[in-house]
Amino acid sequence: MSLLDLLTSLLFDHTIRTVALGTATLGIVSGVLGSFAVLRKQSLLGDALSHAALPGVAIAYMLTGSKSPAVLMLGAGAAGVLAILLLINITRQTRLKEDSVLGIVLSVFFGFGLLLLTFLQRNPDARQAGLNTFLFGQAATLLTRDVITMAIFGGLALLFVVVFWKEFKLLSFDREFGASLGLPMPRIDMLLTTLLVVAVVIGLQAVGVVLMSAMLVAPGAAARQWTNHLGRMTLLSALFGALAGVAGALLSSLGTGLSTGPVIVLCISVIVLFSLVMAPNRGLLWNYLRQWRNRRRLRTEAVLENIYLMSSQHDDPSHPHAITALEAVSGAGNVRRSLEELQRRGLAVPYDGNKWALTAEGVRAAQTRLQPAQKDEK
Amino acid sequence: MSSAQIEIQLIGIVVAAACALPGVFLVLRGMAMMSDAISHTVLLGIVLGFLITGDLESPWLLFGAAAMGLLTVSLTELLNRTRLVKQDAAIGLVFPALFSIAVILISRFARGVHLDTDAVLLGELAFAPFDRLMLFGALLPRSLVVMSIILVINLLFILALYKELKLATFDAGLAAALGFSPALIHYGLMGMVSITAVGAFDAVGSILVVAFMVAPAAAAYLLTDKLERMLLYSVGLGALGAVGGYWMAHLMDANIAGSMATVIGLLFLLCLLFAPERGLLATAARRQRQRWEFAQTMLTIHLLHHEGTPEAEIENRLDHLHDHLRWEPAFAQGVVQRADERGLVRLENGSLHLTEAGRGLATTMLTEKR
Repeated sequence: MSLLDLLTSLLFDHTIRTVALGTATLGIVSGVLGSFAVLRKQSLLGDALSHAALPGVAIAYMLTGSKSPAVLMLGAGAAGVLAILLLINITRQTRLKEDSVLGIVLSVFFGFGLLLLTFLQRNPDARQAGLNTFLFGQAATLLTRDVITMAIFGGLALLFVVVFWKEFKLLSFDREFGASLGLPMPRIDMLLTTLLVVAVVIGLQAVGVVLMSAMLVAPGAAARQWTNHLGRMTLLSALFGALAGVAGALLSSLGTGLSTGPVIVLCISVIVLFSLVMAPNRGLLWNYLRQWRNRRRLRTEAVLENIYLMSSQHDDPSHPHAITALEAVSGAGNVRRSLEELQRRGLAVPYDGNKWALTAEGVRAAQTRLQPAQKDEK
Repeated sequence: MSSAQIEIQLIGIVVAAACALPGVFLVLRGMAMMSDAISHTVLLGIVLGFLITGDLESPWLLFGAAAMGLLTVSLTELLNRTRLVKQDAAIGLVFPALFSIAVILISRFARGVHLDTDAVLLGELAFAPFDRLMLFGALLPRSLVVMSIILVINLLFILALYKELKLATFDAGLAAALGFSPALIHYGLMGMVSITAVGAFDAVGSILVVAFMVAPAAAAYLLTDKLERMLLYSVGLGALGAVGGYWMAHLMDANIAGSMATVIGLLFLLCLLFAPERGLLATAARRQRQRWEFAQTMLTIHLLHHEGTPEAEIENRLDHLHDHLRWEPAFAQGVVQRADERGLVRLENGSLHLTEAGRGLATTMLTEKR
């Protein structure tokens, strides 16, 4: 299938379009809320919340007997909020570190959910408990109705983010300042975390528990590399999330038996990797280039100083020296390249093939560079 | 009890003990979530091992899985060291990606083989007694043999490196200064977590491995300040959770591993509430006591300050404490009553007088502050 065919199917194939719309919605919502989670060092909270949702789903089904997505989502959300309250309070009241409490909440809630679910079905075999959907999601079975539900919940969450933008920004960067302004920071924290629960609940149906955590971390982590501006980061994160969602939906429609969730996660992981390497200013490649350039500059300056110091032994600042002598003094590094660089800047000239000398301008440059150092020696 | 029941409980106990040992160090070192990451990514090791050997029973699968656990740790650290993302984000980026690769590989290349992802995530203890292995002339459950070996390895590792582990956990700087390699200890520990996770998920599934590793250790951390005791308590709590969980699952006719995790969670909750010194109730009671004691001290100092001065008539009255110390009348009443019981003050017609003991307390508090 060519790229064109893929795009055609995105536009005209109803199933693929629905799935792509759903995963894109998920990508946008989790991208926006995930950027806050990444900035606030709560990247693993999404992981804990998505696992913690299971008993909520089971209890919602037990109470209502209904399997409609909205009911189960409410149950999942309630369990998520309970998990957060436990998490915050246990971390605050005991000496346990946050990661321990995260691990306990994640695994115990999940175990309890598993217990309830298998108990409800009178079948202790966990593999048949219909958990597959919960674990890996079933993006391929998304219906228009589901996408609309996701869009409504997600839209509401995004609306909250827009309304409380300033407060959330304060919370992420300078909580104490917010508190000193008289803002109820704990309540704002709770609101933002509840919105994170909403994002998790929306995503469960599409990508499942295990991969939901990636959807909350990866877009934000990728977007962070490109900008230092919260607004731009959030928009970019939403864009990355949506892109991964659509790409994952399309790619998984190609192969048989490819579940959408893992493909989406791989897509967003590729975006992260690309951002880590290529992003200007922060990216690894950029960093490497900068380091290389700095090292070359320092080396060139060291060579300049060395020729000057050696020549000043001869009463003639422009006394030429052999490259081998310079190499012995300057140590490691390509001395010839540094000399050529100096020549380009008009500070040094080659002399008799393998010898080099400073120009008058080079002498002046070396003197200005060495002056403060010599003063120190006195 | 049938022999299968006994075997399942035995497996549960051995899994709990094997997990609790490395779990203690994870909890103390603040790396509990690493167990979550590792227990997921070992799946990739198993899939790759299977694709290479073509044999699901091959012991190489275990090695592949343990190696993948270590790879997860080093990838996380590599990412963290770039300083482009923080530690928690690094974990959250690495393990879903590796796990996704595993899931896709299974669905592409290993379909129809008995290697389904839910089995890895959830495990099934009820079937464990059916998978048997010939050893020393006896037909033993495979999980029991594997987990016992892993338990012994963990025990030996901890016994051999006890001092180093202890030092590196509580004072990493000193450990490094004394010449113990923190990296070696770190990777040794992570290797232990990896092989334990690999062995355990067969029985309880990768998500509940986290419960077995973290919850008993965290509960033990609330009970004691001694590392030896913490190790013992967490093994004990884990084993208790395993046996209790088995019987709860038996009564409810529900999933055994889920039930074990639930009981372990309940045990944690009990410790959280009732631990003698660090429990929530003990902490609340201590705070309450300190609040009253502080108020009584305040009262004696207030009385001493005005004692023998002309204002004493007005200041040293029960109904004046509200204005002066901003105490609610009921609270002031409580403070005075307690101070009276301790013999610090006397109340006569609404006016308060210090006893000798009360004057002594106030004076010591005032001089101590200086």
